[in-house]
Amino acid sequence: MVIRVARFPTPDSQFPTPNSKFLAQVRNIFLFIRRYFTFLFFLLLQGFSIYLIVHYNKYHNAVFSNTANQLTGRINEQYNKVENYFHLKKTNDSLVKANEKLLNLLKADFLLPDTLNKIVLDTVLVDSIKQYRRYDYMQAAVISNSVSSQSNYIVLGRGEAQQLKKDMGVVDINNAVVGIITEVSKDYAVVMSLLHKDSHIDGKLLKGGETGTLSWDGVEPNILSISRISKSAKVAKGDTIITSGNSTTFPKGMLIGFVTAVIPEQSSNNYIIKFKTAADFHSLQYVFVIDNRQQEAINQLLDKAKQQNK
Amino acid sequence: MSTLVKNIIRFILLMLVQVFVLDKIHLHQMVTPYLYFIFILWLPFNMSRSWQMIIAFALGFTLDSFRHNPGFHAAACVLIAYVRPFLVNLLIPQEGADGNYEEPSIKSMGGFLPYFIYVAVLTIMHHGWLFLLEAWQFGNIWYFLLKTILSTAISLLLIIITELLFVRKQKFRTNTV
Repeated sequence: MVIRVARFPTPDSQFPTPNSKFLAQVRNIFLFIRRYFTFLFFLLLQGFSIYLIVHYNKYHNAVFSNTANQLTGRINEQYNKVENYFHLKKTNDSLVKANEKLLNLLKADFLLPDTLNKIVLDTVLVDSIKQYRRYDYMQAAVISNSVSSQSNYIVLGRGEAQQLKKDMGVVDINNAVVGIITEVSKDYAVVMSLLHKDSHIDGKLLKGGETGTLSWDGVEPNILSISRISKSAKVAKGDTIITSGNSTTFPKGMLIGFVTAVIPEQSSNNYIIKFKTAADFHSLQYVFVIDNRQQEAINQLLDKAKQQNK
Repeated sequence: MSTLVKNIIRFILLMLVQVFVLDKIHLHQMVTPYLYFIFILWLPFNMSRSWQMIIAFALGFTLDSFRHNPGFHAAACVLIAYVRPFLVNLLIPQEGADGNYEEPSIKSMGGFLPYFIYVAVLTIMHHGWLFLLEAWQFGNIWYFLLKTILSTAISLLLIIITELLFVRKQKFRTNTV
């Protein structure tokens, strides 16, 4: 025993070596952690929560959100089955209105003048005349909806297995813009509504044709603002705002809202225009999802152009 | 009924009420009443502080999953779970009285006033932190203050009604532990 001690002196011997100092420091750190464990744990959990808040929008495809969607979606669906009954009358009314609009567009409603000549093509029908379908409408039921938080989402009871994909546009049954799909799981899809701080869809004034970006200030649901419209534009209260058609998500000319206030921005040459949305976010029951069949082809072209510029 | 089973049932019931009843209410468009965090206020005294925070995080995260905004409620719940033991120590009438009863209530806190202060302080903290995180991107301070005050008032009213409707019977345990 004695020989062993002499050969290997312990760190606690009266001659401190650099090694023993280091060990004491490590022990102090452990003591510190043990003493303030609750506080450190609290900071850790808070930090994790804030990390989720900050990074959530960048990681839509995170595994947890997908499974969470599937789970909460199923519970929401059960609830929605009950809730639907209370809104049947309202849903019916709006469907009748939508039907009326469509019936008024029927060919049979228009009288063709007798003097019209029949156009006869004497050449072979070439491809350039043939019409291609560009947009597909798909109905989906809203199973959960929020308007009260600063970043609102809508959940649809239709998902990847039923042809929904990310980045598709969503409109209400009267063709007014609602939002864009940001997440899809097998049977459910999550829509980032216009009432979301990160939602930036392009809009256009129907009268003048000026385009700007929509944004929501988080105060009142149904009131949004459109920025980057120059002061040279002629805008008045009640003017219509439509989709610009610059992106591949929405067809050109879909209704977004009606101008309620025009405020000149003092520091720049632009207006801030407040407008009321045409879609009523409080009472969404059914929506249409718009599938752009050319979206993939256009995106491929864009990617190619970007790569060439590099 | 064991404490565990009781708390699991509470968790589920409060979550359902919050998601399917209270979240559908929009008083003056932007004020939503919150009740679910009463679950944290009612947790037993003798639970370890880390466990309280873990459970609070789970509670907040469950609500966040329903709202598709992870983080906000989780952060607010963890905060009140952290502060809760300090408040209990401050407000409890005498040393060791928290051993007499199982969980905080009007009876175990020794009167209506201490219990009300306990609930009010935690409610203000929960709402304040929640709306502060939400208002982060917008930076409208008056709107944030107004929203916090109004929501706190409405949530407090709801909690008092809940306390009156659902009287929690609590046995007095001997303090000769």
